[in-house]
Amino acid sequence: MDNGTLIKFQKISKTYSLDEAEEVHALQEISLEVERNEYVAVMGPSGSGKSTLMNLVGCLDTPSSGLYEFNGVNVSSMSDNELARIRNREIGFVFQTFNLLPRSDALHNVELPLIYAGIPSAERKRRAEEALTSVGLHDRAHHKPNELSGGQRQRVAIARALVTRPSLILADEPTGNLDTKTGDEIMIIVEELHEKGNTIILVTHEEYIAEHAERIIRIRDGRIESDTHVRNRKTLNQK
Amino acid sequence: MLSLTEIKEDILIALNAIRANLMRSSLTTLGIVIGVLSVTLMGTAIEGLNRAFQTSIASLGADVLYVQKFPWVVGEEWWRLRNRKELTLTEAKAIEQQSTYAVAVAPAQGTTKTVKYESQSAEGVAVVGSNQDYAALQGASLAEGRFLTEMESSGARPVVVLGAEIGQKLFPRGGAIGHSVKIGGYSFRVVGVLGKLGSFLGLFSLDNRVVIPLEQYYQHFQSQHEHGGLSIGVKVRDVNDLPEAREELRGILRKVRHAAPGTEDDFAINQQDLLTNAFNSIGLVIAGVGLFITGLALFVGGIGIMNVMFVAVKERTREIGVRKALGARRITIMVQFLVESSAICLLGGLIGLVIAFPITIIIDKWVLPTAMPISIVVIAILVSLAVGVISGLLPAYRAARLDPVEALRYE
Repeated sequence: MDNGTLIKFQKISKTYSLDEAEEVHALQEISLEVERNEYVAVMGPSGSGKSTLMNLVGCLDTPSSGLYEFNGVNVSSMSDNELARIRNREIGFVFQTFNLLPRSDALHNVELPLIYAGIPSAERKRRAEEALTSVGLHDRAHHKPNELSGGQRQRVAIARALVTRPSLILADEPTGNLDTKTGDEIMIIVEELHEKGNTIILVTHEEYIAEHAERIIRIRDGRIESDTHVRNRKTLNQK
Repeated sequence: MLSLTEIKEDILIALNAIRANLMRSSLTTLGIVIGVLSVTLMGTAIEGLNRAFQTSIASLGADVLYVQKFPWVVGEEWWRLRNRKELTLTEAKAIEQQSTYAVAVAPAQGTTKTVKYESQSAEGVAVVGSNQDYAALQGASLAEGRFLTEMESSGARPVVVLGAEIGQKLFPRGGAIGHSVKIGGYSFRVVGVLGKLGSFLGLFSLDNRVVIPLEQYYQHFQSQHEHGGLSIGVKVRDVNDLPEAREELRGILRKVRHAAPGTEDDFAINQQDLLTNAFNSIGLVIAGVGLFITGLALFVGGIGIMNVMFVAVKERTREIGVRKALGARRITIMVQFLVESSAICLLGGLIGLVIAFPITIIIDKWVLPTAMPISIVVIAILVSLAVGVISGLLPAYRAARLDPVEALRYE
């Protein structure tokens, strides 16, 4: 895996206007870089701007000012459709609430990003099945989300994030809706993904989850409070 | 542009959504059902009227001019025209002698009488007094025997040709020729029986009549001097000569009737066209009313669809957010909802057609012979599709424009 800068924030600010008089500065001139194959945790209390940061990193939103280079490409002033393409090809999302389509089975959920990439049916199926197998769910391919446990649902979501072989996996509180044991299982999968060379950004407010990462960025009041490397990384993977 | 894969996915989503909300979808589609139902039934009815009209009008003959006191289509004018001088055999003679376009001239006059043969009797039979040319003008064929000859009509012989229905009634076992029937008490010898002609616009039967020489008619049923309602049928050699023949007739009649130059004609020359035009304008009114009702139903239906689509977009906000996060572009989301609204409307259109079809068959069997025109079926389907697209446009656009961050946060 070649090393190099994947994410580069230069003085990124995000301002929301509540009404004409009042503005909220969610992020204020944040600069940071994330290298390829890094495993970064982003922490911060609610209202800190951590969600805004994630939305910007995930190309779901554009900054009010500043420069965002993703993979060497300036994405800070891209159009809606161009951003959709970046999200589709480059970023795999894992959400706290899984966000699977309830009426579609696991396989179809995993296929979804490939559909939007225009991949033909046969290859799509093969790759989706492969992704499901990699998270240990090949026998659940035709189950609907409500026939799966919470942990299984999150694994489907991870398979969905993986299936396009993205440059970045963005996990927003992936264990937030799971019990500790199931959460740990998910963290093992995330760790494995990192070991296979994936770049991972993990948003959490739980210290012990963050400690799985190599680096922790703490956000407070729209600014970076600290950016530290973890000395004693926790690993759950017994391999 | 959209890839084929994306379009397939859009259709799949739309169908799934409709299936998941089947009740809601079918209720919403009611307006479209009614709209399509009214447009197809209207089309079917007009088609039926057209058919009936075409067969009836054929009995008048496209190449025949009818000289009469009144035009066939009159409005308020009637009151003014009632003082016109009646037409007489003098005019018929003049036309016969002077017209270069006429190949047959048949003055005709009619009344209603009872016709009897032995114990059999037919009441309310149209008795027509005319001459040997009458059959040719009517396009009537003979089922049995022959029509009146020139000798019989000019010599005022007491002979009769029976309409198909009368022949059937008085002589159920056939063999009418040579027998004597009583018309209003006077004896007439049967020389022929006409073939079946059907009815005129479904109003009266063309077969419930008898034809006798005009002179006989005047002798027994109406004096020539107090007559009224004489109609002179003039068959023209070629349909294309109709306008010229018409002008020639006008000249002859004005001269015979001593019309002063510059006055308007005190007679009418009727032709098949007149009725066709009148009929077409009625058809246009029916179609217009139908269109209005249809338009109204479709409009209401369209608003219903739009409403439901707005609800659907709201309900699926989060799903839209997920799809966008995974890389769905605006157009993909837009098409997804447009396909859904079009599919609902198409469903309505098809239900409308399915309901209309048996009704059409019932109309065909019991009211008037008709069929659902293919053009109407195509129009109905296209219109329901169009309503779907138009009423889905705004909700679909709103869905496509949703901010993914907001949409993902939506509970």
